Amino acid sequence: MQQQSTIPTSGQTPTPTPTPDSSESIPVVPLRHPIRTAIAVVLILVAISAAWDVAANKRYHWDVVISFLFSPQIMTGAGLTLVLTVVSMTVGIALGTVLAIMRLSANPIVSTISRGYIWFFRGTPLLVQLIFWYNIAALYPVIALGLPFGGPSIVIGSANVLISPLGAALLGLSLNEAAYMAEIIRGGIGSVDKGQYDAARALGMNGGKLMRRVILPQAMRVVLPPTGNQVISMLKGTSLVSVLAISDLLYSAQIIYSNNYQTIPLLIVASLWYLLMTTVLSFFQNKLERRYGRGFDVSTRRTRKPKARTAS
Amino acid sequence: MTTAMVEAKGVRKSFGSTEILKGIDLRVERGSVTCLIGPSGSGKTTFLRCINHLEKVDAGRLYVDENLVGYAERNGKLYEMQERQTARSRLNAGMVFQRFNLFPHMTVMENVVEAPIHVLGRPRKDVTAEAQVLLDRVGLGDRGDAYPQELSGGQQQRIAIARALAMKPKLMLFDEPTSALDPELVGEVLDVMKSLAEAGMTMVVVTHELAFAKQVADQVIFMDQGVVVESGPPQDVLGNPQHERTKAFLSKVL
Repeated sequence: MQQQSTIPTSGQTPTPTPTPDSSESIPVVPLRHPIRTAIAVVLILVAISAAWDVAANKRYHWDVVISFLFSPQIMTGAGLTLVLTVVSMTVGIALGTVLAIMRLSANPIVSTISRGYIWFFRGTPLLVQLIFWYNIAALYPVIALGLPFGGPSIVIGSANVLISPLGAALLGLSLNEAAYMAEIIRGGIGSVDKGQYDAARALGMNGGKLMRRVILPQAMRVVLPPTGNQVISMLKGTSLVSVLAISDLLYSAQIIYSNNYQTIPLLIVASLWYLLMTTVLSFFQNKLERRYGRGFDVSTRRTRKPKARTAS
Repeated sequence: MTTAMVEAKGVRKSFGSTEILKGIDLRVERGSVTCLIGPSGSGKTTFLRCINHLEKVDAGRLYVDENLVGYAERNGKLYEMQERQTARSRLNAGMVFQRFNLFPHMTVMENVVEAPIHVLGRPRKDVTAEAQVLLDRVGLGDRGDAYPQELSGGQQQRIAIARALAMKPKLMLFDEPTSALDPELVGEVLDVMKSLAEAGMTMVVVTHELAFAKQVADQVIFMDQGVVVESGPPQDVLGNPQHERTKAFLSKVL
């Protein structure tokens, strides 16, 4: 069979060649979409001219962008942004899973505590939470392990020393993230068929094993897409920590442009790094989604046949 | 007289204010096949789930293999079992569900070996070899790598039976195993169940397949509105029913 051009802009009428061995097949002329084709052409022209404009406009200072793209300060900032994202998301997902299971508990006190946590951490601005943890020493100058209601305690150290700006940032981001993840994971657990619990129990599983082996792997399928969203918004949300004077990616760029006044080029540098990291993270999200989609989306397992142009 | 595999004495169960089981008494002998029949809402499925302690018994006593289900009896009191103990006691019985409930994220083979490996802690190599024998027995020896959703309902239900058998239960519970199947797929599942009965497995089957009951069952129990109305050999209960309610039910079904 003849390979046909798939570009819709080609105005050629496809001439199907009859295949000799299948005499019963009828040639099919695909429906053409002239308006769709015209719109596509216009869009391509607009995109090309916009790109050309950006590339040719001297005021973007692409030379500055390139000179700072791999500067040590920017690279360190990007690294810190990545560390903040990975650590906060990891803690957030772990704590969120615990909160989700607590929220689903039959014990009303346990579920109410989880509900209260989620209510509080989702209901107050992240920026406020970050500044709160940064200033925790004002409320609790000394951190100690001890019995409640004024019982004996062991002093661990000064809050100012223990909770560094980075510590405050990680604490704020993780605890906030846990509240959102808890709701996402609760939704995922709720999406698993009740018959799965029956089947697992009938096979002698209980509590943790039932969750780990049967329920959570199935919940993952529902949990992953919104979690990918959370990771990406966390990556960019970490830029909030610049209020705590932590030199993350955006803050590093800000420091540089406050010296050399090249505001736009340095914001472009930061954006390029954010884009790159987002792209890499999305790639891993796709892989994970495929991994946990096994057995659900049956069509993805079968090798796709090339689209036949002839109907038999 | 040998002891029964399942013995129920005045078993009661309510959901909220609705009483589903109003005092069930019955015996299931070892190596016998018991079919529970009756209109929907009669409590057959609930009773079956009580045998496996998927539902808690509110009153009365239910013994499986001489052990009280879900409770420990000490000093004239019944103590509710720890979840872990309950899970252990469930190992006596294998259960097959109306909607198969295979684990969709695992292949057929993984479904079958899951519990023997992760609950009983047996070596994977032994379990896999046994699982292959079981899959061959239900006629699906070549589908070990498939995922449940790639199989027909009848095939899924046969896998579910193999999965339950892999735990080497003393008793098999079937909850309307063919009700969710297309008519042409019912036969293949019933054939597997028949061969299981011939091999001497003790079985309790909730079913609407009266032909199967007539052919395979040693005992047929007709339940209605939470009580056992009539029980006995199939030729009596199905062929010559004594109670009006049994007659009314059979005349609608047959």
